[in-house]
Amino acid sequence: MSVDVLAVLPALARRLGGEDAVLAAAERLSGGASMETWAFSMEIPGQRRRDLILRRRSAPFDPDASRSTSLAAEAALIRAVRLQGAPAPPLVHLCDDEDGLGECHVTERIVGEALGRRIVADPRFDAVRPGLARQCGEVLAQIHATPPPAAAELKTADFLVELGRYEDIYRASGAERPVLELAFQHLKASAPEPVDLVLLHGDFRNGNLMISPETGVAAVLDWELSHIGDPAEDLGWICVNSWRFGRPDRPVGGFGDYADLLAGYEAAGGRPVPLRRVRAWQALGSLKWGVMCLMMYLSWSGGTEASVERPMIGRRVSETEIDLIHLLEAGL
Amino acid sequence: MITHPRTEELAQAVARWVDELRPDLDPRNAFLARVAVNVLGVIGRELTLGPAAEAAATQRLVVLLDHGGGYAELNGELCRRLREGTMDVASPGLLAALKANVLDQLAIDQPNYRHEG
Repeated sequence: MSVDVLAVLPALARRLGGEDAVLAAAERLSGGASMETWAFSMEIPGQRRRDLILRRRSAPFDPDASRSTSLAAEAALIRAVRLQGAPAPPLVHLCDDEDGLGECHVTERIVGEALGRRIVADPRFDAVRPGLARQCGEVLAQIHATPPPAAAELKTADFLVELGRYEDIYRASGAERPVLELAFQHLKASAPEPVDLVLLHGDFRNGNLMISPETGVAAVLDWELSHIGDPAEDLGWICVNSWRFGRPDRPVGGFGDYADLLAGYEAAGGRPVPLRRVRAWQALGSLKWGVMCLMMYLSWSGGTEASVERPMIGRRVSETEIDLIHLLEAGL
Repeated sequence: MITHPRTEELAQAVARWVDELRPDLDPRNAFLARVAVNVLGVIGRELTLGPAAEAAATQRLVVLLDHGGGYAELNGELCRRLREGTMDVASPGLLAALKANVLDQLAIDQPNYRHEG
């Protein structure tokens, strides 16, 4: 659905802030393939200016085929995890037909930095960086303790389901990559024992965390890949080297150590997770990202996407292969 | 092959021109222009490093599989054997050969990638 968002936002501002509310600023922050993010502000006479974020689906959504949740489900998730104390941006409004914006929701805008490279390297974050891994563990414990909201209709996937899903995609691609092949077979043979499954964020990594230079983790963003699964999936995903932004020596997001992540997780009530389990999921994470890079190439070669970015991402598979080699050399 | 200019020099010339255009582009196209420059970098490195990398990779596969053949054929056979389980992480020389091949590929694809090695 094609919508002129800028033309519609003033009416949304009036709906949220009353007849006197005025749209003060609006800009598009990012355009993924299927999701848009807009920052906008509104002013209401006699009140403080409100800075908000609009997330909006810009391409048709097939809930059965997609791994993503609907934005309505995302709204339910945000509400649910906030009740457990997890820092998701407060939900302001779930849009409906009256808004004329299609599928979207509005949240508060949390001040901070989400660009992974800056969080890892910018001296502004020197003071909070040593505490981030522990904070991430604490936040994950809060998310994992959240009863999954029924309205979100989340999917369930454990280690072998997830591994199988990506192996099927790899097979169908026709690519022949020995390292990926070895990783599929090795992880299948050494899969961790099943545990009780919990609510997961599903994309918990440096890049989806809003970090404040004063207080550290201020918000967890992008809930669309949330599902029910193994707690170690979220713990392992933030340790994948692809999100360490040039600091492979700091396994947690390029800013911290495994021990701090796991200590924070336990201290906040999370059931203890052995490092070995985290490393298995980290390896599956590298393997998944490698297959996703192949998928992005395929979306270009198959004609669905025309951007030059897509085939180039296909040349990032070798990054995940070297990461997998290091994990396999270490016995995972 | 022709040397004045070499093919990788042609790729380099286009990359420099795209780089010059970048400051005048809108954010989306400036980003895509940067990607395009990276693409031309891969093409240049594949032209200069690719032949030796493939020859070395083929030789490693010949040793690993203990018979001759071309790269695609040997690579395909290795994938099949890994899938069938007749080779695995414990196979002598496997990880070392795969690591050397991947490092050579990474030098072409993403030479600035920081990994744990």
